[in-house]
Amino acid sequence: MSILEATELRTDRDAVVRLDSVSKQYGSGSNALLALDKVSLTVAKGEFVCLLGASGCGKSTLLSLVAGLDEISGGTLDIGGRQVVADCTAAKQGPGRHDKSVAVSLMFQEAALFPWLSVAGNVELPMRLRGVSRTERKQRAQELLEVVRLKDFGHKRPHELSGGMRQRVALARSLAQNADILLMDEPFGALDAMTRDILHDELERVWREQELTILFVTHNVREAVRLGDRVILLSSRPGRVIEDFPITHERPRRIDSPEVSGQAAEITDRLRAEVARHAS
Amino acid sequence: MQAELPTDTRTESDRAADRVTGLDALELGPAKQKGALGRRIWRSAWPKLLAIAIVILGWQAVVWSQWKPEYVLPGPVTVFSELGSLTTDADFWDGVTLTMIRAITGFGLAVLIGTIVGAAVSRFAPLRAAIGSLITGLQTMPSIMWFPLAILLFQISESAIMFVVIIGAAPSVANGLISGIDYVPRTWLRVGQVLGMKGFAKYRHLILPASLPSFISGLKQGWAFSWRSLMAGELLVIVPGALSIGVRMQQARDLSEAELVISYIIVVLVIGILIDVLFNAADNALRKRWGLTGS
Repeated sequence: MSILEATELRTDRDAVVRLDSVSKQYGSGSNALLALDKVSLTVAKGEFVCLLGASGCGKSTLLSLVAGLDEISGGTLDIGGRQVVADCTAAKQGPGRHDKSVAVSLMFQEAALFPWLSVAGNVELPMRLRGVSRTERKQRAQELLEVVRLKDFGHKRPHELSGGMRQRVALARSLAQNADILLMDEPFGALDAMTRDILHDELERVWREQELTILFVTHNVREAVRLGDRVILLSSRPGRVIEDFPITHERPRRIDSPEVSGQAAEITDRLRAEVARHAS
Repeated sequence: MQAELPTDTRTESDRAADRVTGLDALELGPAKQKGALGRRIWRSAWPKLLAIAIVILGWQAVVWSQWKPEYVLPGPVTVFSELGSLTTDADFWDGVTLTMIRAITGFGLAVLIGTIVGAAVSRFAPLRAAIGSLITGLQTMPSIMWFPLAILLFQISESAIMFVVIIGAAPSVANGLISGIDYVPRTWLRVGQVLGMKGFAKYRHLILPASLPSFISGLKQGWAFSWRSLMAGELLVIVPGALSIGVRMQQARDLSEAELVISYIIVVLVIGILIDVLFNAADNALRKRWGLTGS
């Protein structure tokens, strides 16, 4: 009952991402693969939502759709009031046609910084593409590097930094896009536990300071519970929403706290049941 | 508890900052020490010097064995003293200058043409289907095969030499660019998409810089081909009044001056090596900047 009330409260808030029965199919005929099957979910402004699922649940597909890198095959996708409907004519417009009033950025497991640019140059790049003046973007890049606590590393080359530092540069680069919505596809998956723990704190801080809306994909249940306002569990092949867990523990949380562990165990059980379903 | 002490929360945020900076410091490790410059030069130079010494020693051994008479195969001492007097002669440097001007002009034009063709081929799919494999075919063509045609087209002239130099080098340059563009890593392309790069901006900020390493190896290979073609050209196409390295070498052969012929061989070899060193330096500098080296 309390969960129901919470859901209603959320829909009253300003939803910046809304998926309504969104499907995604790759290929056609007998080779067709249904990656997402009628997924409906909303993300409110300023919310931190984690998407969780086993392999093949279409988590990354979902992010590509929201980022506008890929076409939806069915349903409606609403990003900051801009609707994308699946039909043949819409598909012709190609990706990246989202309204510029709501900027969406996507981060991957690899920082994917450009080696021919310095760290500051990488952060400046989105502004360069927008035509921001040189002095202005230099200053802004420096500010953003301070946000991710890398202010003394602007002149370095990406390969001179550690994996965790590179991810923070990638975060600064996303912020340089003026992104309101940040999509993260297992961004800490390749990092060691200690680095990941510290980056959780950092991401939480930046999220709050910059008033971001984050949609965070992971297969790590504790990470999802540590970070999210909500954890959405997806089924595999095809991806469907199984359950939407609100995480109400007070922040700042610790990944090894009993509350986080307890709720993670509950979600893990649900996930294990889902994985077992694919045995036959 | 949270509300009561603002100073406490400040310390906590300070502690968070310390954790981040501490972790960064640990992960980066101490700065690497470079040895003294002289020492590093010596370390990279001695194997090369040793190799040269071995070659000269072998050469001397062949001369000592009297396999050929001395006037046909002179020893290193004779050749190096010849080379010494040659390099103090201003007239010799005029020849080198002429040849180098030809080489640089030819290579420069080949780079220009190769780049345009390479960019066009990778940009337009039909063009690629039409001439993509032709470019690779051209690369394997021995450049000397072009000279009869070049002489028919341009007579005995600078143009005939340039034609062959360009046709020898341009395919390598084009191929370097094409494969560079083809193998831009997928993750970078996705970042380009996320940043909304399109059309010219995508080329300017992503495709071209990303294909630079492959382009540089194309340039390096193109240089090797153009230098070879030029030497073949200078021996075959003797333009009246142009006393290039090739012409001088041909004259030395006509006069049976073996030590002079060998001297010119060494000159051509040294020029080739010096230019190769330049390309390698560019390549290494790029690799270091990009972090593609092992360390």
